[in-house]
Order: sequence, then C-alpha cells, then structure tokens
Amino acid sequence: MISFSAVAKRYPGGQEALKDVSFSLEQGEFAFIAGHSGAGKSTLLKLIPAIERPSSGAVLVNGQNVGALKRAALPYLRRNLGLVFQDQKLLYDRSVFDNVMLPLGFGELSGREAGRRARAALEKVGLLAREKANPVQLSGGEQQRLAIARAVVNRPAVLIADEPTANLDADSATAVLEIFAAFNQVGVTVLIATHDEALIGRFAKKVLRLAKGSIAV
Amino acid sequence: MRAWLRQHRQAMAAAFGKVAAQKAAAALNALVIGIALSLPAGGYALLGSLRAATAGASLEPQLSVFMRVDAKRADTDALGAKLKTDARLRESRFVPREQALKELQATEGLAEVVAALNRNPLPDAFVLRPRSADAPALEALARDLRGLPGVAQVQVDSAWARRLGALAGTARLAIALLAALLAFGMVAITFNTIRLQILTQRAEIEISKLIGATDAFIRRPFFYLGAVQGLAGGLVALAILWGSLAALNVGVAELAASYGSDFRLGFLIPGDALAVLLFSAGLGWFGAYLSVSKYLLEIEPK
Repeated sequence: MISFSAVAKRYPGGQEALKDVSFSLEQGEFAFIAGHSGAGKSTLLKLIPAIERPSSGAVLVNGQNVGALKRAALPYLRRNLGLVFQDQKLLYDRSVFDNVMLPLGFGELSGREAGRRARAALEKVGLLAREKANPVQLSGGEQQRLAIARAVVNRPAVLIADEPTANLDADSATAVLEIFAAFNQVGVTVLIATHDEALIGRFAKKVLRLAKGSIAV
Repeated sequence: MRAWLRQHRQAMAAAFGKVAAQKAAAALNALVIGIALSLPAGGYALLGSLRAATAGASLEPQLSVFMRVDAKRADTDALGAKLKTDARLRESRFVPREQALKELQATEGLAEVVAALNRNPLPDAFVLRPRSADAPALEALARDLRGLPGVAQVQVDSAWARRLGALAGTARLAIALLAALLAFGMVAITFNTIRLQILTQRAEIEISKLIGATDAFIRRPFFYLGAVQGLAGGLVALAILWGSLAALNVGVAELAASYGSDFRLGFLIPGDALAVLLFSAGLGWFGAYLSVSKYLLEIEPK
C-alpha cells in the first residue's frame, strides 16, 4: 500500500530531516510513527501525499512513485488519502457541516449525495448534532474529530494523521484514537505520527520509531 | 459533465456572493474600471459620429475648372470636348453658369441675395474626376488646365476631405493606443483586486489544494469574479458614456440647429456596446488568471 525505500529529505540550507527511511505498510494495517519532535515525523507524513518531495529514494503509494508525479496528477492522489493535519487546518469562516463539504465540492458527487456523505462522516465522529456550529465553538477534541470527518468524507483507503492527540486531555485523546481504530476495523489503512508513548502502548500496533531521520528498529 | 457544470454553477454563485458581500468595494472597482474604459469608448463613439457626418463628403479628389466670366462660348465648348477625351479623367461634368445660379438660389438663405443681383456673377465650370488620386499627378493636371484659353481658375477640391480623413485616422490610432494603455491598467486593477480576494481566502485555497482540489477548481471562482468585475466596469463605462453624450448633445443640438443641421453625437451601435462589455469582461478574466496563477505557483511546495 505504502512503501518507502531509502528515502532522504534535505531542505535547502542543508538541514537533513530524513536520512535513510525504508518501511512498508500493507493494506489494512494500523501503524504509529513514534519519535521526539524534530525527529522527522511530519516530514515523513508529508511525503506520502507529495506535499513534500523526497530528495532521494522512492515513496510508493499503491505502486505509484508519488515523488515523481506531475503537478496536475497530485489532486487525484490526495483525494484518495485522508489527511489529518497537525494544525487541523479547519476553516473558521463556515460551519462544521461546510468544513466537511469542502473536499466533496471538487469531487463528482451531486449536491444531495454530498450532503448525505458529509452527515454520515459527522455521525461517525459524533459531531452530527454540532453540524451548524462554527469550528471555534468546538472543544479541542471536537475540532480534532471534525478534522477526521473531513479526512474520511471522500472514503479514502488510507488515513494519515500528524499528532492528532497533541493538546488533548487523556479522555479526548483516547476518544480520537478509538475513531481511527474504528476506521481501521473496516479496512482503512491508518498511519499516525505521535510522540505520546502512553497512547502507543494502549493501542499497540505496528510502531515505526524515528530518531535523527532514520527508522530505529 | 454534470459535475463539471455543477462546479461552474457553484463557482459563479460564489463569485456573485463575494460581490454581494463586499458591495462598496465592488462598486468602487467597477467605477474605476468604468471611468478608465469610458475614455476610449467615448473617443470611439465621437469618431463614429464624425464619420457619419462626413460620409456625404467625397474623399475622392475632385477638380473644379472655372472659366472666365467673359470666356468665349467656343473656348468653353472646345475645352469640354477636350476634357471628354482626356485619358487622365474618369468623368467630366459641365456646369453651365445658369444652372450654377439656380443651384445657388435653391441654397437656404441665399435666394434673396441672388435675387438682388442684376446679372449672373457665376462662371461656367467643369467638375472633373481624375483617375489618379496622387498629389503630383493632380498638380500636373491642374497646371495643364490652367494654361488653356478661357480658364480662370483650377481648384483641387476635396483636399480638406483628405485632411479630415488623415485626421480621423490619427484620432483612431490615438484612441487605439489609449484603449491599449487603459486595458493594461484594467488588467492591473483586476490583478490587484483578485490578489486581495485571494489573500482573504488564503486558508481555503491552501487547504483545498492540500486535500485534492485541482488548480482549475481553485481558479474558477476567481475567473468568474474577475469577469463579473470587468463586466460591471463595462456597464459603468457605457452608462458614463451615455450620460456624457446626453449632456453634450444639449449643446451640440443648439450649435447644429444654427447651421440648419440636426446633427447629434450618437451612442455606440449595439454591436460596439456589446464589444465593450465583452472586452472588459475578458480583461477582468485575464487579470484574474494572472493573479491566481501567480499565487498558485507561489504556494506550490518545492
């Protein structure tokens, strides 16, 4: 499903975020990327939807070398990936419902079908009752769940989340991870970056430990 | 196909929504564009009126040969016969002095003057249409004719008409230059407005791009916004033009009446008015295109 082989990422200025990363994820797996902040977790995740491109090595998603994809092909790659960003990237000028509708706007669905999908996604994360609220009115945990709803509304095969439990209390963090686990159970491949060792322990699945730009075994 | 149409509909709705949400700013933009566009459009309309007014005047050169009043009839007849066979002429028309007097009498305000004359002061004349219109050939022809017996004066007419034609050509060029300059200005105005609009929607654009929106999808509402803004500017320009011509025509009507004419400055013909609207909408679209493309390139991860 997703495989990295000898991937390195250097930023202009010489900073080396990833040195030599190789791993692969099968379809339906649930994996954590663990490591301290600055270990390169975010960079690694950004290579999958080609938000960043590797300096060397290959990142394959469904057998496609995404680092070599043309600009015009990127939107179609990204639509098949559910992305939950570290800063959530919600839009505060519109309702919870409209936030979830955003990725459906550039898809092929009709208005009514899109609305149905958006409500289904909100229901899965337990936010259907708040669909008319503005995201600022939501708690931290609710905002995170909204970000997940937007990520899954296009029914992606892969869910990728960067520190989805940062700044959440233990209960909210658990609730958020349970949502990911539920999607994993219906066959979605899940890849989560976190520095929260306690959570990794409780949801013990495959763990890739990233230190100084390399995967430590 | 249906999804594509739906996306266009939504983009258009979004563009109109933005205009409605920022009425004052949108109105000011339309005004700026409208004023800029009204200048070349107005120049074009004035030129159109001028052309219509001078359409009756021949731009073809004409020569008038006036005989001396005391010229012998035989000289006149000989000249007439000679002119008929001159290869340099396409046509020659004889205007006898009696007919000239009659024409003069028929001219408004001159009947009484003519009646007061006790004899016909007008000479016999020939009106000639030469084959060649170039100046040296006309001069040579005029010189030859002046040397003939009985000829008092040879006048190359329509020089004024040619001058007017040259003047109109220059004016048309000046208007085209003005239009080109203002078109650049308009693209710059739209570029800037769309840029400001982009900045207020920065988050939406960035997020949309990250989660799979195509560039075309992101551009589309801005295209419509640019085109709508241009179109509004075009409408304002036509309104300004219409109002200005109406105001000018009060004075023009008075002036024309004193010359016994019903000349008025005309508005643009419908086709030209439509062209102004399409042109301004197109420029708005182009300004938006430049602006959005530049921004999308800027936020592209390296």
